[in-house]
Parts: sequence; structure tokens; C-alpha cells
Amino acid sequence: MAIKAKAENLNFFYGGHQALFDNNLEVEANRITAVIGPSGCGKSTHLRIYNRIFELYRDQRAEGRLMIDGVNVLDSGVDVLELRRKVGMIFQKPTPFPMSVFDNVAYPLKLHYKLKGGELNDRVEAALRGASLWEEVRDKLKSGGLALSGGQQQRLCIARAIAAEPEILLMDEPTSAIDPVATLKIEELMLELKSRFTIVIVTHNMQQAARISDFTAFFYKGRIIESGPTGTIFTAPSNPKTEEYITGRFG
Amino acid sequence: MKKRGFLFRKSVDIAVRAFSALAVALAAAAMLWIFWELFARGGAALSWSFLTNPSKPYGIPDGGVANALLGTVFITSGAAVLGVVPAVCAGIYLAEFRDTPKLSAAIRFAANVLMGMPSVLSGLFVYTVMVAPTGRFSGLAASVALAVIMFPVVMRTTEDMLSMVPYALRESALALGMSRMRTTLLIVCRSAGNGLLTGILLSLSRVAGETAPLLFTALFADSWPTDYFSGPTANMPVLITEYSTNSPFAAMHAAGWGAALTVTALVFLVNMTSRILFREKHHGN
Ligand SMILES: Nc1ncnc2c1ncn2[C@@H]1O[C@H](COP(=O)(O)OP(=O)(O)OP(=O)(O)O)[C@@H](O)[C@H]1O
Ligand SMILES: [Mg+2]
Repeated sequence: MAIKAKAENLNFFYGGHQALFDNNLEVEANRITAVIGPSGCGKSTHLRIYNRIFELYRDQRAEGRLMIDGVNVLDSGVDVLELRRKVGMIFQKPTPFPMSVFDNVAYPLKLHYKLKGGELNDRVEAALRGASLWEEVRDKLKSGGLALSGGQQQRLCIARAIAAEPEILLMDEPTSAIDPVATLKIEELMLELKSRFTIVIVTHNMQQAARISDFTAFFYKGRIIESGPTGTIFTAPSNPKTEEYITGRFG
Repeated sequence: MKKRGFLFRKSVDIAVRAFSALAVALAAAAMLWIFWELFARGGAALSWSFLTNPSKPYGIPDGGVANALLGTVFITSGAAVLGVVPAVCAGIYLAEFRDTPKLSAAIRFAANVLMGMPSVLSGLFVYTVMVAPTGRFSGLAASVALAVIMFPVVMRTTEDMLSMVPYALRESALALGMSRMRTTLLIVCRSAGNGLLTGILLSLSRVAGETAPLLFTALFADSWPTDYFSGPTANMPVLITEYSTNSPFAAMHAAGWGAALTVTALVFLVNMTSRILFREKHHGN
């Protein structure tokens, strides 16, 4: 199995407060890796290192190495914009841009590629189909992205993220603000998408992790306590903390 | 515990409602009274020639306010060009680039002081640095004075509007590989768009009515405002002040009221149009 990304001794600081301690994790290509753990254990923090989005805030700092395709993306020489094309991110709450459905998807495309009119239309359609949203929005491409339902907005964000052909998709609780039907749609979508992308998903929903993920990493107080194939983690965890969390005795 | 009686709560409710209704009625009455006076006194002065002829000295027939209207448009537009762009940029800096918190705090403090300053000071300031050294009053000087008044207001409005845009939106734009600048201009400013435009228009319409700073800068002229850059320039606020307070003649008083009515109608029109435009845009989203 190919390793797409690899965290090596990652430490993370919010100002003086250390939130991650020596995180080591291997993310396999074209698989879904679930990140689980109690609230505040550092799941989002860990994810936000992969595309260096934490750099928006001045007092946040990462130490250690994060290898993607063999390159340490934390190196200062790395082109952050290209890194972010390669590593897409879906957030907990959908965040459509204040523009039309079409432009929401076309905008990031135009950012990274030189496309002619017809080519652009095709790519937008492909991305919307990829996010199983096309049938629902094909008649309202010109209307505002904010006018869609919550679940549709989230799939629009997925379409937007996959349009620029990333290789890794980071998802931070992508279904926690969405109803069960839309959640199932997005889960099905992830299973489809994993043939094209490597997916890392943070979730609080144990059933969801068990249903869709191939690998699971259990975080606790900023440390990765245990990681491995989802089947093993859920049926025969080696650490008692993992078992306690999975069986719902805390968190 | 003793419960509060239904009657007590009901009567408090009625009292509060009555009080707020009274307050609204008072404010509306004051406004209607102003309109009534304007129409009663200024209505007679209004005519087509009044709106299309330039002003003329007392005694010459067929004087109008067209030159002053145009001058006010020039001066206000000039203020918008000079003031809005830098103020919006400064607001963007304060809201988006938080690398220098101490400098930002100092700028905010200075802006608050500027906002509290009487507007006449801005006129005096421009008089000393622009008008006195060159020996020339000008429309441009007036624009500068108004821009100085607008700057802190627009800057703080911009900062407030941008700060209301959730950080998640910035993050998702950056996460797609957009640069910081693009994210700010195309996503953040666009989200804040309506509020931003409303704030700018409001402050423009406020400075358009400023009188004191214009007395030291634009002054007035009975000619068309062709000398915007180099000479006294006609404008509505000074025309109204001059005609109403510095002239002993009834005909001038009437013209002053007519000019006041014209300005009010214009402000009303601008307000309505921008409202309709924004509402349509809002529905489109
Ligand atoms: N902006 C911040 N400034 C300071 N500390 C922070 C910040 N964001 C998170 N933390 C701290 O870092 C730790 C990890 O937070 P993180 O958001 O990664 O947790 P999480 O596992 O994603 O939790 P949840 O499941 O609730 O989303 C927490 O102790 C939190 O208090
Ligand atoms: Mg989180």
C-alpha cells in the first residue's frame, strides 16, 4: 500500500499552549482515514496542519515533519497555494461564497488552470456530478450558492474542493450540521470519491467511522493513542482508553 | 414565592408600548413638520428655470441653483474619490492584517478622536495648508476637507463590516489555494458588500450637507463650477446659508427655501434608489 501522507513527530502550539504532542500517523493513498477522539483532543488541530491553514493566525505554530508524497510540506520553501490545491478541505459548516452556484465551483478552477469557456463549463459540471449535486442544481446554476439547503451547500463545498483536482481531501466533521438523509448521501459520495482521492475525515459519529473508513486514528489529549485498520480498532483495540471511547464510556 | 400578577405585567407592557409609540410619533412629527415648512416656503420658488439656471446676484431676474447643484455633485464626488478608497484600504488593513496590533490600536484611537472633531476644524485645516498658501479657494480644497471628515468614518465602518464576516469563509477561500489578497478583495469584501456600500453612501450623504468646512474652502460663486480646481465653486450648503441668513431680501429667502427643498428631495431620491438597488441585489442572492 502506498503512503500518501505521513506525520512525523508533529507538535502544535497555540501561543504558549501545546495542543499536539509527537503525532505520528501514516495516511494511505485512496483510503479513508477516520480521526476520532473526545472533544478538544486535537483532531481539528492535526488536520489543519496538512494544508497549513493554521498559518492564517499569527500565534499558531507547528513543529516536526509532515510528509506528503515524500516532501515535508512544513518547509518554508513549499508553495503554499499549490499545496492547498493539492490538499482540499471541507469544513464543519458549509461555507458557500457569496456568488452563484456555477461561480462557486468555477472560481477555484480558474484560479489554478487556464480554461476556455466550454472547457470550464464541462469541468464545473463534472465537479458538481462528482459531488452528486448536478441533478439538483442544473436548473439554478445562476442563482446564489447561499440559496441552497444546508446539505446541498455542503455538497457544493465538496464540488468546489474537488474541482481543482486535489489529491487529498480533509474533512472536519463534514456531516455534523446536516440531517441524516443528506449525511448518508455524503457518506456514499465519500466511498465513491476514494477511488480518486485520499480522504482524512474527523468524525464524532462512531457508526460513521465504522461504516466508511478503512483506517482509524484515536486521539486523546493531543496524542495519537492508537491507529490502524478500522476493523481492528473497533473490534480489538489494544489500548483500554480506545475501547472506553468507542464503547461510549466517555467523551 | 409570590407570582407577579397578570394585570401588572399587562400594564407594564402597555406602558412600554405607549412610550415607544409616542417616541416614534414625535420623531415622525418633527420630520413631517420640516417637510411641511420646506414645501410651504420653498414650493413657490421651484420652477424649471430655478432648477436649470445658475444663481445670479440679487436684482437680476431668473436666478437658479443649477450651478450650486452641479458644484455640490463635483465636490462630493471629489471627496468620494479622495476619501473612500484610502479609507476602505485602511479599514481592510485594520480588519484583515492583524500583525501589528499596537499600530492598529493607535490608528483606531486617532480615528475616534477625528470623528469627534467639529467639522469646521477640517475646513480650517485645509484652509491653512491649501487655500492660504496658494491664495485660492477651490472646489478641490472643499473635496479634501470633506474627505478628511469622511476618512475615519468610512475606515471604521469598513473594519466593522469586514469583522462581521465569519473566519470560516476566509479559511475556506484560503484552503482552495487563493492568495490572501484575493481572499480579502473577492470573498471577504464581497460578503460585506451591501453593508459596506450602505455605510459609504450614508457617510457621503452626510458630508454632502456639511456647510462650515465649505465656507473656508469652496466659498461660493455665481458661475458654473468650471473652476473646480482653481477657484471659488458654487455649492448648495453655502448657497442656502448665504441666502437665508446673510441676505435682507425676501426674494433671496424664498430662493434659499427652494434650494433647501431641492436638496432634501435629492437626498430622498438617492436614498430610495440605493434602497431599491440593494434590495434587488439582496433577493438575487
Ligand atoms: N484558536 C485556538 N487558540 C487556543 N487554543 C485552541 C484554539 N483552538 C483550539 N485550541 C485548543 O487546542 C486543543 C485542541 O483543539 P481542537 O479544536 O483541535 O480539538 P478537536 O479535537 O477538534 O475538538 P472538537 O471535537 O470539539 O472539534 C483544545 O484544548 C483547544 O482548547
Ligand atoms: Mg474540531
